[in-house]
Amino acid sequence: MSTDAVGRAYPRLEGREKVTGTARYAVEYPVDGVTYGWAVPSAVVRGRITRVDTTRALASPGVLAVLHHGNAPRIAPSQQTELWLLQEPAVHYRGQYVAVVVATSLEAAREGARLVRIDYDTGPHSTVLTDDHPGLYKPDHVNPSYPTDTAEGDFDAGYAAAPVRVDATYRTPAYHNNPMEPHATTAQWRDGRLLVHDSNQGASSVRATLAELFELPPESVRVVAQHVGGGFGSKGYAKAAVVLAALAARHVDRPVRLALTRQQLFGPVGYRTPTIQRVRLAADTDGRLTAICHDAISQTSTIHEFAEQTAVYTRSMYAAPHRRTTHRLVRLDVPTPFWMRAPGECPGAYALESAMDELAVAVGIDPVELRIRNDTDVDPDQGRPFTSRNLVACLREGAQRFGWTGRDPSPRSRRDGRWLIGTGVAGSSYPARARPSSATATARPDGSFLVRVNATDIGTGARTAIWQVAADALGVPPERVEIRIGDSALPTAPVAGGSMGTSSWSWAVIRAAQALREKLRDGVPPTGEVTAEADTTEEVGSQPALPRYAYGAQFVEVRVDADTGEVRLNRMLGVFAAGRVVNPTTARSQLIGGMTMGLSMALHEEGLLDERYGDWVNHDLATYHITGCADVESIEAYWLDERDDELNPAAVKGIGEIGIVGAAAAVANAVHHATGVRIRELPIRLDKLIGVSELA
Amino acid sequence: MQGGPENTTTIDERHSSRVTVEINGASRELTLDNRTTLLDALREHLDLTGAKKGCDHGQCGSCTVLLDGRRVKSCLVFAVTVDGRSVVSVEGLAGPDELSPLQAAFIAHDAFQCGYCTPGQLCSARGMLDEVSRGWPSAVTGDLNSPADLTDAEIRERMAGNLCRCAAYPHIVAAVRETAGASGTAATR
Repeated sequence: MSTDAVGRAYPRLEGREKVTGTARYAVEYPVDGVTYGWAVPSAVVRGRITRVDTTRALASPGVLAVLHHGNAPRIAPSQQTELWLLQEPAVHYRGQYVAVVVATSLEAAREGARLVRIDYDTGPHSTVLTDDHPGLYKPDHVNPSYPTDTAEGDFDAGYAAAPVRVDATYRTPAYHNNPMEPHATTAQWRDGRLLVHDSNQGASSVRATLAELFELPPESVRVVAQHVGGGFGSKGYAKAAVVLAALAARHVDRPVRLALTRQQLFGPVGYRTPTIQRVRLAADTDGRLTAICHDAISQTSTIHEFAEQTAVYTRSMYAAPHRRTTHRLVRLDVPTPFWMRAPGECPGAYALESAMDELAVAVGIDPVELRIRNDTDVDPDQGRPFTSRNLVACLREGAQRFGWTGRDPSPRSRRDGRWLIGTGVAGSSYPARARPSSATATARPDGSFLVRVNATDIGTGARTAIWQVAADALGVPPERVEIRIGDSALPTAPVAGGSMGTSSWSWAVIRAAQALREKLRDGVPPTGEVTAEADTTEEVGSQPALPRYAYGAQFVEVRVDADTGEVRLNRMLGVFAAGRVVNPTTARSQLIGGMTMGLSMALHEEGLLDERYGDWVNHDLATYHITGCADVESIEAYWLDERDDELNPAAVKGIGEIGIVGAAAAVANAVHHATGVRIRELPIRLDKLIGVSELA
Repeated sequence: MQGGPENTTTIDERHSSRVTVEINGASRELTLDNRTTLLDALREHLDLTGAKKGCDHGQCGSCTVLLDGRRVKSCLVFAVTVDGRSVVSVEGLAGPDELSPLQAAFIAHDAFQCGYCTPGQLCSARGMLDEVSRGWPSAVTGDLNSPADLTDAEIRERMAGNLCRCAAYPHIVAAVRETAGASGTAATR
C-alpha cells in the first residue's frame, strides 16, 4: 500500500509562502490595538537594583508603561530560573532583562527604554572560564542525563605503558546561536486566556512553561509557531521574549509584540559554553588505541546548572581497553549556557577528532586508516552492539569521493603560488533518539486526509517530511494529505531538537495512520469524518536502550596564504549514515547547513568576553562573524543507503546535528596539513598563522 | 496598519511627516514618526512583513528591498527620505499569477530553510543581477574594463552581504546562476 512518498525529493510545502513574503513569523500577525515591548538589559554584571526611575520614560510620547521588578505581574517560581524575570531586584549577569517598556510604536518603545534609569549596588564578579578556577566542581550529571564521569580499565597505567602518546589541550570560545529571526513574541490575553505567536522550537513545551509560570491550566494557553526563523537549539524551550511579552500584555491589558534585538541575543537566550578540553590518547605502534582520556571543563551560571556533555562523544566513538572521561563545571556570573547544535558532541568531537589527527601524525598512519583501525561494532560505553555503525563505510565512501587516496601526509607538501594547500578528515557521530509524541489522522468524506501533530518546522523541512511519512502510512498519494503543525492546540509533541524531531513525530503519525486504516475497513461514512489518535508514550518508553547512532566522515581541503595566514575553504565533503532519508532535498540542505556551521566555528565565530565589562563585547553580526556566502566555495553532502530496523517506525536517525559534528576538526586538521601548525584554540584566524611562511 | 493611527496621535506633528511612496507599483500615503525606518514602515504600517528584521543595524541583509531599483538595507533608511521614490519588496517580485523565475529557482534549488533571510536574499539577488547587467564590477572582478562575467565567485561575492544562518549559500548561488543564465544577464551589457 505504500505510495513511496518517503525518499522522494519534494520541494518544501511552504516554499511559495517563504519566497513571496507571505509566511508569517512571530511578530508579523495582524493584531488590533497592538503595542510594542522593548526589553531593557541590566547594565551591571552582579548586583541589586536599588532604584528604578521611570519618570522620563513615562513622559515620553507613546509610552504606556514600564515594567520592572517593582510592578510587574507576579509569576510562579519555576525550575527554569532564567525565566523568573522582573520578579526580584537581584541581577545575576550583565544583559539580564530588568525592565520592559511598552509603547504604542516601536520608536516610542525604543526611546522609552533609553530613558529608563536604573541604579544598582554592585559586587565583584567572575566571568572568565579558566582551567584553575577555584570554583571548579563536579556536577551530578551532564546534559541531559549522562553520568558526569566514566572509567573502564586503568587509564593511567594504560597510558603510561603505551609506546605512542598524545596529550593535547583544546579550547573553544563561546558560540552564539544567532538564528536569523530573533526570539520574538506577540502576546494577547483574552478572558484570562493567553495566546502567543512565538518563535520557538516546540510549542507544546512553551505552553507547559507558560501555564506553570502564569499558573493557568494548559488549555488556557495557546502557542502558535507556524514559521520559525531558525533556532539551532536556542529556541528549544521557552525563553525570555515570550515571558516578557506575556507579562507586558497582561500589565497593559493590550496585545504586545516584543522582539529581542540582535544585541540582546548574545547570552540571555543561551549560547554554547566555552570549553577547555584535555585529550590524551595512547596507542601501539600499529595505531591501535590502548588508552583514551577526555577531561572537559565548561561553565554555567549562578542561577541554573547547565552542564554540557562535552566528553560524551568520546565514550562511544573509538575503542580502547583503558578509558576515562570527566566533566567539571564552574558557576560564573554569566547567562546560562544552553543548547547549540549538537551540544556536547560538537565541541567534544573537535577535540577528539583533532587528537586523532595528532595521533595519526605521531604514529605515521593515514588518518582515515587510523579511524578504520579503531572502529568497533560494540559500544565501548554500554558494552552492547550498535544497532548499526557505518563509520567505516562513510570514511571509505568519503575518501573515494574526495580523492583522498595518495595524499602525501607531510605537512606543507602542497603549494600553489602563495597558497599552502592541505586536506583533513574527521569522524562524526550523533545519537539517534526518539521521544513520546501524539498525533491524529482524520479521513474526510472527499477522500482527503488531515494529519495533526504539534511538530515545529524551524527550517528543517519537518512539515514536508512528516507529510511524506503520513502519506505512505495512510497509503495514499501525498496530494491527498493535509498536514498541520506548529500550534499547541494540535496533539502534543516534543521539540525540534536533539535530531529527534522526525523520529518522534513520524512515530506518532504512523501509529495514528495505522489506527485510522483499521477504523476505515468499512470505509468513510459519506457524511462524516473519521479520526484516530495515537500517543507513543508507552511504546517509546518500552523501547530497549540500545546504542543507536548516526555516523559521518568529514573531508576538507583548505588553502592558507603563506604570507598573511588567511585560511580559505577550497572544498568540504561529508558522507553520512543516518538511517532512512525522508526527503533528499531538505536532508541535503540540513547536512550542508550543519557542515557550514562547523566551518564557521573553525574559522569565524568567537564570543570575546571582557572580564572588566563582564559580557561579550562583539555582540552583533558585524563583530561576531559567521560564515557568509563568499566563504563557501564548494560543499557537498552525501549519505549511505542505511537500513536499521531497531530505530523507530520511519527508520530515521535524524540529521539536524550530525553535519556539524567533526566539521571543525576536519578544517583544523586540514590547516595543520597545509601549514604544519596545529591550532588548538578556535577559531583559526590569521593572527594565529601569521608568519607561517617563516616556518621550515 | 496596526499601531499606525495611534502612533500619529501620540507623536507631535513636528516629529512626524507625510510620506508618499510607490510600493510594489501602488502609491501609498503615510504619516510617519520621523524616526520610523523604511523597514518598520513596511512591516508595522503597511502589513508588508516580507522584509525581515534580523539585526536592525544593516549587518545581516534580511531587510533588503529595492529602492528606485537599487538594493538597500531598509533598516538603515529612514522612511521620510523615500518620499516620492519607488520601493519594491519581496511581495512585489512575483507576477499576479506566477512566481518570478528567481523565486521559482529558489524553490527548485532549496535555496532556503527557515526562510527568514529569503526575502532579503531574493531582493538582493534581483538588484545584484541588474548591477551585473550594467557592468558594475565587484571586489573579485578581474578586469574592470570588460563586462563582469557572472562566475560563481562573482555571485558569492555579490551576495556576501546577505547572511543565512541555515547556510543555504551553495543553493542560493545555484538559483541565482540559473536565473542569470536563463535571462542572459551576464551577456547583456
